[in-house]
Amino acid sequence: MTVNDRYKEEIWKNSGDWAVEARGLVKTFGHNRAVDGVDLNVRAGTIYGVLGPNGAGKTTTIRMLATLLRPDAGSARIFGYDVAKDPQIVRQLIGVTGQYASVDEALSATENLVIFSRLLGLGRAEAKHRTAELLEEFGLTEAAKRPLKHFSGGMRRRLDLAASLIAQPPLIFLDEPTTGLDPRTRTQMWDTIRRLVKTGSTVLLTTQYLDEADQLADRIAVIDRGQVVAEGTVDELKTSVGTSSLQLKIQNPQDIAPTREIVEQVLMVESIVSGDNAKITAPLADVDKVTDLLVALREAGIYLAEMSVQKPTLDEVFLTITGHGVKDGTSSSSEQSNKTEEAAV
Amino acid sequence: MKSASIHPRITRQLKKHTSLGQSIRNSLTMAYRGLLKIRRTPEQLFDVTLQPIIFTLMFAYIFGGAISGNVVDYLPVIIPGILVQTVITTSIVTGVQLREDMDKGVFDRFKSLPIARIAPLAGALLADTVRYTIATALTFSMGYILGYRPDGGLGYVVFAALLVIVCAWAISWIFAFFGVISRTASRVQGISMIVLFPLTFVSNAFVPVDTMPSWLQWFSSINPVSHLVSAVRELANNGIIGADFVFSLVGAAVIVAIFAPLTVRAYMRRT
Repeated sequence: MTVNDRYKEEIWKNSGDWAVEARGLVKTFGHNRAVDGVDLNVRAGTIYGVLGPNGAGKTTTIRMLATLLRPDAGSARIFGYDVAKDPQIVRQLIGVTGQYASVDEALSATENLVIFSRLLGLGRAEAKHRTAELLEEFGLTEAAKRPLKHFSGGMRRRLDLAASLIAQPPLIFLDEPTTGLDPRTRTQMWDTIRRLVKTGSTVLLTTQYLDEADQLADRIAVIDRGQVVAEGTVDELKTSVGTSSLQLKIQNPQDIAPTREIVEQVLMVESIVSGDNAKITAPLADVDKVTDLLVALREAGIYLAEMSVQKPTLDEVFLTITGHGVKDGTSSSSEQSNKTEEAAV
Repeated sequence: MKSASIHPRITRQLKKHTSLGQSIRNSLTMAYRGLLKIRRTPEQLFDVTLQPIIFTLMFAYIFGGAISGNVVDYLPVIIPGILVQTVITTSIVTGVQLREDMDKGVFDRFKSLPIARIAPLAGALLADTVRYTIATALTFSMGYILGYRPDGGLGYVVFAALLVIVCAWAISWIFAFFGVISRTASRVQGISMIVLFPLTFVSNAFVPVDTMPSWLQWFSSINPVSHLVSAVRELANNGIIGADFVFSLVGAAVIVAIFAPLTVRAYMRRT
């Protein structure tokens, strides 16, 4: 992977103003190496996206960087402070918004923010003032007195993010900030995250959606089975995948082998058979070549059932980089077992 | 984001450790959170309100005639017994709720904040003294309604109440320890009940010890619960500060001396 190699060189050459520097982070739960040697470098003042499916190790990585989990091996520094040696200093520099709302369900929005403010050392009046300010900013003033039980998912996430901003930390971790949100709320969340960076924060966010990383992140690390499998800017990653992909479904499943042969000859790329309905997927750099391909298929007497051209999705990024797809069912169940084991550590 | 501006890290004063003052302030804030939670979810107080009422009524009327001849004569025996049993049972909740709390998302935030590590634990234990106070007040009130008139007078009754609350707080460290090391809240409940049942029943809380077989008498006589019950009886019924009072406080101190460091260490390791 050339993107990856270039990235590794850059790590060692550059010792500029890094918000996050992680080397060879490892975390094992039982026999499961949830994080298996992750390197990350996040420049201060940027948005960095960690992209991967459920169970890839995104949350575990963030938890180690945020001093919530001790790495089994490797090291990480936040603004130059080691997370293992100076956790208390690191905590003064970060804000964490977890995948599952890290706010108190039994209390109201105001009570939550006041308690967090007080814990962060704000005086009584100061805490009230800051709380009101943040509630206003995140459009929660009206709901401020209601218990969180009656909050929607979007409101809860906004409150969660507000709580992370009380101390105005220079580095903010967002673990899947928009998973489960409706499109409108998602766009609002994106705007908020962009504003954060404008005020000087660094944001490290995890996501399952290439689209989200595309919208927000300056750089992306693709993570799979606990390892960074690719790293670069959004454009670099997309180029490595091909600008878009061609998907073919043929009428007669026995024609799969000859079809792939023709596809690979004409487009000069490798194709992949995915799914149980025998879909052939191939990166498509030059759309014009499709004409040649269709002619070649007709000459070979292969009949198509379906044809589409798609922009790269996370699935394609994965197929191309790792050679296997995003196995959603199995990986989400392994994520579940991660969580329970994590709780038992 | 009009108001919020992010300070660069250079201008921040970064502290490597939390001071004692900060630890206390953090713990008090966490205790305040515990009180807010009790106020927001009053159903949490079912056990401390219903148990004193139901148990006092049941025990007084079921055992009163058999043990002391009539209900009113039994009250000076049973009220201190019920009181100690109820308040200690209440202290189990500390462990159970601690476990539930630690599994919630909000605990991740507490752990990621630059606060004293001990604060969530200390705050929870502190807030729960409110529960003990409620249980104590209700038990004495029930006793009064049934006709209990302690000879020690109000001053000594309050003194006895304080003793029970302090001892319950000390004992809650044991259950907090179970809470920290257990995997699930229901397991905390299970283990705690197994420890608690023999402790409260094999004592002088409900029946005269001399009716028990000798090996049980032996256990009952060394059982700290017996000493606490005796101390409360002496205080409330006679206005006497006796040896049992000293035993109880020493026992409480020993429990704290053993379980506070154990709990804190286990808790730190897990967070």
